[in-house]
Amino acid sequence: MIWVDTKRIIKSGFFNFSRNAFVSLSSVLVMIITLSVICSLIFISAFLNTSLDTIKSKVDVNVYFTRAAQESDIQQMQKTLEALPEVLSTTYVSREQALQDFKDRHENDQFTLQALNELDDNPLGAVLNIKAKDPSQYESIAQFLDSKAIVGSDGVSIVDKVNFNQNRVAIEQLSRIISSASKLGSILTLLLVFISVMITLNTIRLAIYVSREEISVMRLVGASNYYVRGPFVVVGTIYGAVSGVLTLLLFYPITYYLGESSRSLYIGFNAFAYYTQNFGQIFLIIMASGMLIGAISSYLAVRKYLKT
Amino acid sequence: MIYFDKVSKVYADQSIALQDVTFSVEPQEFVSIVGHSGAGKTTLLKLLLAEESPSDGRVFFESVDIQSLKNREVPKYRRKIGVVFQDFRLLPNKNVYENIAFSMEAAGRSDEEIESDVPHVLDLVDLSKKIWNFPHELSGGEKQRVAIARAIVNQPDIIIADEPTGNLDPVNTFDIVQILKKINDLGTTVILTTHNKGVIDSLGRRVISMENGRIVRDDKEGRYTI
Repeated sequence: MIWVDTKRIIKSGFFNFSRNAFVSLSSVLVMIITLSVICSLIFISAFLNTSLDTIKSKVDVNVYFTRAAQESDIQQMQKTLEALPEVLSTTYVSREQALQDFKDRHENDQFTLQALNELDDNPLGAVLNIKAKDPSQYESIAQFLDSKAIVGSDGVSIVDKVNFNQNRVAIEQLSRIISSASKLGSILTLLLVFISVMITLNTIRLAIYVSREEISVMRLVGASNYYVRGPFVVVGTIYGAVSGVLTLLLFYPITYYLGESSRSLYIGFNAFAYYTQNFGQIFLIIMASGMLIGAISSYLAVRKYLKT
Repeated sequence: MIYFDKVSKVYADQSIALQDVTFSVEPQEFVSIVGHSGAGKTTLLKLLLAEESPSDGRVFFESVDIQSLKNREVPKYRRKIGVVFQDFRLLPNKNVYENIAFSMEAAGRSDEEIESDVPHVLDLVDLSKKIWNFPHELSGGEKQRVAIARAIVNQPDIIIADEPTGNLDPVNTFDIVQILKKINDLGTTVILTTHNKGVIDSLGRRVISMENGRIVRDDKEGRYTI
């Protein structure tokens, strides 16, 4: 009995979808817009995350050591720092390496190189580059460096300067901007999704409003509520599935175009690559949201006409 | 089998549709209800179909108080009643076969039963040729015959026909009344509402006359007197 009913409901849903071609077309079009909004939001949030990661990775604290600092002391300090929970990684640049880097950077600047050669000794100290797990944690790392009056084995301070205090304002501002950008982003995301879901719901309600006479006839000939509602829910699900497939197809050329044109614009995020790499996940999200929105809106819309 | 016990119906806007109506219908009877528009005929039928509930009094169908039915029991109850309307009310997106099959499906009948009964019942209303047509391709008389076929296909205990000839020309009206008579002769109770004097006078069956929500006459072999 249940199996026969289910079979009939699904069959009748497919029939209604194809026979109401115009209503189906308009519902599918509206739903494509909704799903495109959701899909765009996936891309925007991915873009935002990649950008934030890139920015974050460019923030760091450098500890400049005096020339007299012993390498063993520096390594001791590096170990202490790496033990801190806030620290993601540290990179040690030795004096020789620092000099080499400096030379590479100024290889076209003969005056500077000449001036460097005039000196007897390497003028640069070693550098310890510290990266935090989160930008807001640089403050506490810097405090740690200050509080621990770092002295070498011979009792003299080995730290020349910590550049956090110079970058401090910029770093703090950046952390604030990053956190408020992601907050604003998530609020906007929810708002846009909400609006487009409401529009879809309304479209499906209108489509079912056209059928209200039909619903009353079905009830009068003795159809139970689930038997009346079933085909509408099936049609809603079909709307979602068809719109989902079309949206996914539509995003293929769109992301391809965006990926090509944004390649020179922004380093690190390629929409097309992201789309093809995460296709499985995006497919699931879009298809599931489409079918759920379609089914739930139909269910709610028919319910109105099933109350006595 | 049907019993109206001192039934009154007042709608939310305080308009009185029925006042203290009491009558009963026996099995296999053919009862016509006549009266002007607004006399309460349609309200009477809506109470019987559990579309409306009475403000006062009770309506019984075979000793079941219709108002005591729970919402989920109503569809099953309605399958005992076949309904025919003035405006046909066919499902526009389904062809003739599917329209009739729908009410059988809703009643949970098997596919085999549907395949054998639908052509049979269409034969009864003489519409076998239009089995695959859609409602918009049919004339008024044909639509009404589909509606009757749909109403009788589940072998209901009773057929309710609410002004079934209201939109039809005299020839089709005659045909429809003949079909209803045939159904009644086969043992189904029929309740018919109509304005049509000719129909009533040609039937020569029981007539209930209504005026302003009250029953004013109830004649065993009545004529149209309003």
